[in-house]
Amino acid sequence: MKSNKMSTLPRLSGLALAVAACAVLSGCATSANPQDPFEKFNRASFAFNDTVDRVALKPVATGYKNVTPGFVQTGVGNFFGNLSDAWSAVNNLLQGKGEAGMTDVTRVALNSTFGILGLLDIASEAGLQKHNEDFGQTLGYWGVPSGPFLMLPLLGPSTVRDTSALPADRWGDPWKYKDPHNWRNIGSGIRVIDQRAALLDASNLLEEAALDRYEFLRDGYLQRRQSQVYDGNVPRAAAEDDGDEAPTSSSQVVPLPASPAPAEPAAAETPAKTQ
Amino acid sequence: MKPIAHLIATVASVAFATSVIAAPAPATNEAPDVLVKRISADVIDTVKSDKDIQAGNRNKIMDLVNSKILPYVDADKMTAQAAGRFWRQATPEQKKRLSEEFRTLLVYTYSGALSTIKNETVEFKPMRSSPGDTDVEVRSQVNVSRGEPITLNYRLAKDDGGWKIYDINVLGAWLVETYKGTFTAEINKSGIDGLINRLAERNKQLASKPLNTPKK
Repeated sequence: MKSNKMSTLPRLSGLALAVAACAVLSGCATSANPQDPFEKFNRASFAFNDTVDRVALKPVATGYKNVTPGFVQTGVGNFFGNLSDAWSAVNNLLQGKGEAGMTDVTRVALNSTFGILGLLDIASEAGLQKHNEDFGQTLGYWGVPSGPFLMLPLLGPSTVRDTSALPADRWGDPWKYKDPHNWRNIGSGIRVIDQRAALLDASNLLEEAALDRYEFLRDGYLQRRQSQVYDGNVPRAAAEDDGDEAPTSSSQVVPLPASPAPAEPAAAETPAKTQ
Repeated sequence: MKPIAHLIATVASVAFATSVIAAPAPATNEAPDVLVKRISADVIDTVKSDKDIQAGNRNKIMDLVNSKILPYVDADKMTAQAAGRFWRQATPEQKKRLSEEFRTLLVYTYSGALSTIKNETVEFKPMRSSPGDTDVEVRSQVNVSRGEPITLNYRLAKDDGGWKIYDINVLGAWLVETYKGTFTAEINKSGIDGLINRLAERNKQLASKPLNTPKK
């Protein structure tokens, strides 16, 4: 029942890796930003993605969002959400999160049967929370650092660790095994459009809020990714190690409020303490 | 309706008291999570029930943000943290202008976000803090119709005026941290004035842009 490797996505991620490797080797490490050594490549990639998005993906996604009846969109979202729950379950279990993993297994079981092949998300209504785990997060959980930011052509923002985890994610994607390949490609296309439609509001917000969209996206994405690895509970120390210029980040590091005024009278009153 | 003299006496005594005692008396005793819940519920209820806002009246939304949210936000602190080490190098005039422009940008952005609210609900998580804390995090999530809930956390610090918000986290990304990169790059390129001008330019752009409203 295995596919005959007609899926283009593994090829695409392989291509992306090859391009990234070439760009690195051709010496683009002269970027001003030490946290973004591949910045030149990343920005070029971003510009490319942006064009594709503006010309093709966003108009289609906007049309999809405005024209398709709500229940159809929900059904599509639920269907692919159900498929991703299966891989989330595996990753939760790989991270030792037994309860979360079993919740995901139950979600898939419930939604696939009573939820009519995943079209209805009755598990959420039953109180089973949805998780969003992938192999990159599993690696991160076990201590693999994220590595520098990578903007992949077509695939979007990522990190070196998460890019290397892509093949595993593709392998764990149930839709990859769908025969015949026409259905699979159509389904993959619909999934991409559906995901883009879900992000329309967020991307409009990005346009307004960001002075430099690439930087905003990169910095926001890196934080979000770390938050995902820690499931929302990023230890404050870890958050600061991950990208501050080391000696000068005094305004961010200290848990005290950054107001020197109360400290000064205190220091004046108790000079003895400093000895 | 206090007589002016009584008011002046009260203000003077409060000022005297706070200058003598090291720990200033807080203007309000509201706990930070209670504060955030209140503002949050207030704003969302207003957005959902006001027809003008639903129709995309940008000015009305901005009025809402300015009157109900901004008083509880420490924009100066946010700007100072986003500017990082450059804040110390800025003149008071630059600090004032930068703070104003950044605050305006945040108001525009937040108004844009508010205008997309349809029927989401907000759920607050229990706050983990000890009684003496002066810096806390309030955690909540926005339950949306599709996809996982959107995390929305706030960092508040206590000062003379009570608790003030100085950072917001959406989907795992802290606002100040995210703007830090942009601020640093811009200041390195064209100085603090360059950053101020860039922000001012963006604000002018946003002022003339029509608001995106959710299509029913």
